Amino acid sequence: MPGSMSADRTAGTPAGMSAGALLTVEDLRVSFPGKGWRAPRVEVLKGVSLDVRPGETLGLVGESGSGKTTIGRAILGLVPVHSGAITFAGERIDRATGRRRRELSRDIQVVFQDPYTSLNPSLTIGDTLSEPLLGQGYGAREARARVARLLERVELPADAAHRLPREFSGGQRQRVAIARALAIDPRLIVCDEPVSALDLTTQKTVLDLLLEIQEQTGVSYLFVSHDLSVIRFMSHRVAVIRHGEIVELGEAAEVTAGPRHPYTRALLLSAPVADVNGQRERREAFEREFRAREAGTGMGETVS
Amino acid sequence: MSERTGTVRRLLRHPLGLVSAVVLAAIVLAVLLAPVLSPQDPNASSLRDAFGGPSAGHPLGFDSAGRDILTRLLYGGRNTLGGAVIALAVALLLGVPSGLLAGYYGGWFDSAANWVVNLVMALPAMVVLLASRAILGSTVWVLMVVLGFLVAPAFFRLVRGIVASVRNELYVDAAKVSGLRDPRIVARHVLLVVRAPIIIQVALVSGIAIGLQAGLEFLGVGSGDTPTWGAMLNEAFKNIQRAPSLMLWPGLALGLTSGALVLLAAALRDALEDRGTAPAGRRSRRRARTAAPAAPAAPAAPAAPRSADAGTPRTGTPRSADGTSPEAGERAELLSVRDLAVSYVLPGGGTREVVHGVDLDVRAGEIVGLVGESGSGKTQTAFSILGILPEGGRVCRGSVTVGGEEIVGMPERRHRALRGDVVAYVPQEPMSNLDPAFTVGSQLVEPMRHKLRISRAEAVRRALDLLDQVEIADPRRVFGSYPHEISGGMAQRVLIAGAMSCDPRLLVADEPTTALDVVVQAEVLGLLRRLQKERGLGVLLVTHNLGVVADLCDRVAVMREGRIVETGTAEQVLHAPRHPYTQKLLGAVLDGVPARGPWQPSNAEVV
Repeated sequence: MPGSMSADRTAGTPAGMSAGALLTVEDLRVSFPGKGWRAPRVEVLKGVSLDVRPGETLGLVGESGSGKTTIGRAILGLVPVHSGAITFAGERIDRATGRRRRELSRDIQVVFQDPYTSLNPSLTIGDTLSEPLLGQGYGAREARARVARLLERVELPADAAHRLPREFSGGQRQRVAIARALAIDPRLIVCDEPVSALDLTTQKTVLDLLLEIQEQTGVSYLFVSHDLSVIRFMSHRVAVIRHGEIVELGEAAEVTAGPRHPYTRALLLSAPVADVNGQRERREAFEREFRAREAGTGMGETVS
Repeated sequence: MSERTGTVRRLLRHPLGLVSAVVLAAIVLAVLLAPVLSPQDPNASSLRDAFGGPSAGHPLGFDSAGRDILTRLLYGGRNTLGGAVIALAVALLLGVPSGLLAGYYGGWFDSAANWVVNLVMALPAMVVLLASRAILGSTVWVLMVVLGFLVAPAFFRLVRGIVASVRNELYVDAAKVSGLRDPRIVARHVLLVVRAPIIIQVALVSGIAIGLQAGLEFLGVGSGDTPTWGAMLNEAFKNIQRAPSLMLWPGLALGLTSGALVLLAAALRDALEDRGTAPAGRRSRRRARTAAPAAPAAPAAPAAPRSADAGTPRTGTPRSADGTSPEAGERAELLSVRDLAVSYVLPGGGTREVVHGVDLDVRAGEIVGLVGESGSGKTQTAFSILGILPEGGRVCRGSVTVGGEEIVGMPERRHRALRGDVVAYVPQEPMSNLDPAFTVGSQLVEPMRHKLRISRAEAVRRALDLLDQVEIADPRRVFGSYPHEISGGMAQRVLIAGAMSCDPRLLVADEPTTALDVVVQAEVLGLLRRLQKERGLGVLLVTHNLGVVADLCDRVAVMREGRIVETGTAEQVLHAPRHPYTQKLLGAVLDGVPARGPWQPSNAEVV
């Protein structure tokens, strides 16, 4: 059964909970009110445990509705935690006060999925980038100088500060979002599908930038994506989430090359590769493994 | 800052905006300068002059009590406009902050405020004003405060609605994560968005306030002594038999002010919401007609060599024989595109070409991938083949034949017959392409009854059969479901079933699996492959995913900036790409990249 198997893996391998983690999430549960009067609450996360070490990338992969984005939002304090613990640098933050939350923004930052809605269309890039600086009490002049350095860091032209988001492409906007996350030297950045709205070539350059930043600054990433190949490229360790539960967690090479859980195998084998023969093999393997017992595992989609 | 001045300039460029702004400004200025323009006491009366005509120093003459009309008009304007300002100020003070709070935080305050607002809106304004006059006394100012209270819900609802939608924007979340306090977030992100609608609403509400106030005073519900436009109307009405012209001036002042306010509100809306631009082109029917003369004039033969070198330079050697081979000049029977160019009408006039001479062939039983990044023109190409280019776009050059028939310049009626019968379309967003108000079954049955002219029972039978063919486990249940009751993958199967319903020979699929999860994508790709094999369909598959190409396509055309830069079999293009752009695309694919190594504590900072 999936449940027991994942428990074995997380508990048994050295890739599980580790000492000296920067961020630890234990048995996290998040639920939202159901639709309609007195409807039962919908449980989105059903006891998720994971950790991220300093300078590490933990990839979080899953399909839409699996709850992967909610984990990130719970860590950022954007959704209320029902039960469980989130510990950052030794401090419980799942019930942090508003004041403490604002202080935490120094350490925990975010890059959202959609570069078109994550930047306010009527603020200039400079205004957007100085936002976190002002929040931390920087002076206007200091902020301006820092914005210039940030733009240079993410390889955007210096005059970008005076322009509006609509003048930039998706990839450039995502660079702005990355610059905003970097503005106050955070220790952890939650990357919520940062490249899924980008073109293939742009995606690669943005991922390279993120890797480079990590090497230079030692920042940790919680990297959320639906794309296993992006996750493999970015992550030291990978957690696979399905229906609000982590079904497999381990070293990237292990999880993405020899997955143990059937769901991870299905994810891996169903992602098409840009190689005609390789894809034929993959497709046949997928059909061999999942088509035959579709009814049994419920891997295929059924009417909800 | 610059945006703000831009708005003002846009407003003043609007003829109605300019006129109404000038009229309003003149009225306000005149009223403010009343003591300068007419240095008399508005209540000074000399019965000798009652109903006197214009004379020196009294250009508008005298009223029934022998008071100077111009002076009363100017001072009355002060009271009338001042009253409106008070009503507005009260309404804004009550409505905007409460709307901000309710919209931003929701919760119990939102519920309570909504109750109060509904209650206030249910009160008949006139009755409340009359009652409050009886209780609170008859000064204009008190009545205006009450009026402000009564119109505050309009601002509350407006602000609350907008704020509630802005609250969910990612940039507000980003601001929260940036450590900004709520008041700061509201000031930076929220107020900016509600500003424009509030300004428009202010113009409208002040018109209403002036009208209501004048109405009350006309009825005699006001303070008799203070001159206002409404009170002047009231007095004039009493003497309408004797001096009908007395109605003219206050009536004109009221009419001009209210009219200018309403027109200004309309112009403001255009300026702030940037709607003033002329619509770009008309709907498809006219577009097809305008394209018609261009089409026959573009012969296919000379077009082919031009477009062959239209792309970025390729190194010498001609394309291998099994490519699309436009060089061969031979056109595929099922779908053949030659030198297709698509242009769009720009809002400011002029046109912009987005597809510059595309050649493409799809034969029966063949799946051709059209690959490119966003903005490459791949979807525009597919839309021109279907004849469903969005407003403002048209085929400006080239030839598209489907089943041997030229469709560029084809009358819309014939083209419509062709769609569904010969060509079918599978869109990218399955959910937004199903009508939420109808069951899946009726959305399959109705087109079939119309297109194939078959009975309802026959159409239902065929629809169930189609749902079964697209590998839906329980066709009857899905048939009776509404779109919101099925998943995205299921919806895409339904749309594929719909596309198959009239037995087309060519399927145009625009990113059919992009919105789906990978496991579902694999199943839908399998379904497309099976249908294509069983029915000998030709498929044009528009996609950005090279993995999907490898999975499904026989041949591939790579598009970039409106041109096809490389074509060939899937193997050729994916395994031995020739064009640098294709090489760059494949270089960005992460499939073969090794997994990142284990984390090493050495290169990390110690907590």
